[in-house]
Amino acid sequence: MEAFINHRGLVAPLDRANVDTDAIIPKQFLKSIKRTGFGPNLFDEWRYLDHGEPGQDCSRRPLNPDFVLNQDRYQGASILLARRNFGCGSSREHAPWALLDFGIRALVAPSYADIFYNNSFKNGLLPVVLPEETVDRLFQAVETSPGYTLEVDLPAQVVRTPEGEELAFGIDEFRKHMLLEGLDEIGLTLQHADAIRAYEQRRRTEAPWLFAAREGSGT
Amino acid sequence: MSGKTLYDKLWDSHVVRNNPDGTAIIYIDRHLVHEVTSPQAFEGLRLADRRPWRIDANLAVADHNVPTTDRSAGISDPVSRLQVDTLDSNCRTYGITEFDMNDPRQGIVHVIGPEQGATLPGMTVVCGDSHTSTHGALGALAQGIGTSEVEHVLATQTLVQQKSRSMLVRVNGELGPGVTAKDMVLAIIGRIGTAGGTGYAIEFGGDAIRSLSMEGRMTVCNMAIEAGARCGLIAVDDVTIEYFRGRPFAPRGELWERAVAYWRTLHSDADAEFERVVELDAATIEPQVSWGTSPEMVAPVGGKVPNPFSETDDTRRQSIARALDYMALEPETPITDIPVDKVFIGSCTNSRIEDLRAAAEVIRGRRVADSVRLAMVVPGSGLVKRAAEAEGLDRVFLDAGFEWREPGCSMCLAMNADRLEPGERCASTSNRNFEGRQGQGGRTHLVSPPMAAAAAIAGHFVDVRTF
Ligand code: SF4
Repeated sequence: MEAFINHRGLVAPLDRANVDTDAIIPKQFLKSIKRTGFGPNLFDEWRYLDHGEPGQDCSRRPLNPDFVLNQDRYQGASILLARRNFGCGSSREHAPWALLDFGIRALVAPSYADIFYNNSFKNGLLPVVLPEETVDRLFQAVETSPGYTLEVDLPAQVVRTPEGEELAFGIDEFRKHMLLEGLDEIGLTLQHADAIRAYEQRRRTEAPWLFAAREGSGT
Repeated sequence: MSGKTLYDKLWDSHVVRNNPDGTAIIYIDRHLVHEVTSPQAFEGLRLADRRPWRIDANLAVADHNVPTTDRSAGISDPVSRLQVDTLDSNCRTYGITEFDMNDPRQGIVHVIGPEQGATLPGMTVVCGDSHTSTHGALGALAQGIGTSEVEHVLATQTLVQQKSRSMLVRVNGELGPGVTAKDMVLAIIGRIGTAGGTGYAIEFGGDAIRSLSMEGRMTVCNMAIEAGARCGLIAVDDVTIEYFRGRPFAPRGELWERAVAYWRTLHSDADAEFERVVELDAATIEPQVSWGTSPEMVAPVGGKVPNPFSETDDTRRQSIARALDYMALEPETPITDIPVDKVFIGSCTNSRIEDLRAAAEVIRGRRVADSVRLAMVVPGSGLVKRAAEAEGLDRVFLDAGFEWREPGCSMCLAMNADRLEPGERCASTSNRNFEGRQGQGGRTHLVSPPMAAAAAIAGHFVDVRTF
């Protein structure tokens, strides 16, 4: 996984609540068996005027001029400002993959859905939680000042505004550490392989039916 | 000290190790695998030169992409076919049990798990699919995970997690006639909102939950994720235990007796404390119809579509206005004035035998309205389909003008050929009414199977209790 330490970037505001993962990356693109290449189809139904299908050349499709990420002033944005309960719905990890592939490195919102929040960390995408009033204020700032950037500083756990204001955010120690180091979580867990084996052995005696997995083998 | 919740008991019995940072390594008893969220995980394993930790803990099935029409010619969409073929070949390579597309036991992953007894009370169950919460109805700790976690579970048989907070949703009293588990869970989501359960494990309790069948309980837990909770739970009782007797993967003989003795302990202690408690009175719940683009946007069938101008919170007002615009509905339209173009009875929420019986009951001897372009029933599994045919339910649906299809996810998410066209309005027994969920530009109204059936006959929503 790619590490996340510090990132300054242009902010794009997505002003709607409960943005679901079906909207972030519609299902027809989930047929891919790869982790990359989802960027051109990020927010596909909002971003283009036609119906998107896998394998199209997206550079030739008609863009929806009203959609925020299509506006000139937000080209090259790498921080997405969003509203409450961002990423609700399906567990598809294609949602963080698509955001990253598009070039988004950090999100700022008042809250996220659990599975999406978790999936983001696994991919080096940092979902920052700030209070609703602060997010409101940032929406106003972004809209009134073209070229508005933010700096997300993970070690210090602050978001810095261009005026130098520091907005503190919370994050679990575990997730922070994994992101800062870009660690392979499977490798870390496998350091405890003996504990897993010991647990399994104990459970085989305590609850043997859990290990009689094949059909009819419980007899 | 207060007693333990059901969630505490399930969690505690699966902790492999408590990490110093407050997370824990949790052992996973059953991993369900489907074609959409697994290919990248298997690829990750291969790239890191790792093997699955415990092959027999996995059970795979193709469900999201499969056609619901004649399958003898295979899948015609090459992209869908590649995904299903990839699952088949990964399962073959590692020796994972798979119900392939033509297996008589094939079906939606959350229908076949309990049906086979492959998911059992007391287990930890995961799947790369958010509706894994369904299996919580059995008294299992069941959670949806992303693809990185699918790979983690394949490689280590564990997950690294932080314990959730606990919420009890208690539904007291009795549901009225014609009101189903689906109406109950829609009413709950309408009450607490789609983020109401975020960070919580929700246990559903109370008389109204206790008197539900296993099918009804699965419907309720299925939609826990729609309330933001990664898992929903219901305590084990006689209904649970009887449901599992004789299922193919369930224990038998002496092991069955031992398992049952343990399962009987799977309930919250009388003095257990929850961090949040929500109470509802079942008798006040009417059949529900969703009118918007989020499952919390529901109204009782006797009600009206809301008016955004009566909402004071800005974000909510905008959400309502946007939803009405997408749904092409005027504020304050009576729910029963909303016409439907298509009707879908299926999905992991409502495609079990009891759901099909309840829908058939409404339809028997009637005809689908001429204005309805397509009404379809997609059973949750091959076994549900055969059971329904043995009871003659297929005839009831076919005679009324419904299509009777092969099992799979189908128009719940429209990854196969079954979908809404732009602007089409659907009465659907599925779980998500997001924009474009059932096809780009499609408009979904979430309802129970009897309500969907009645809408098919009438051509618009009607109160099934007086239909
Ligand atoms: S039926 Fe729908 S919700 Fe259920 S697993 Fe399939 S796509 Fe997901």
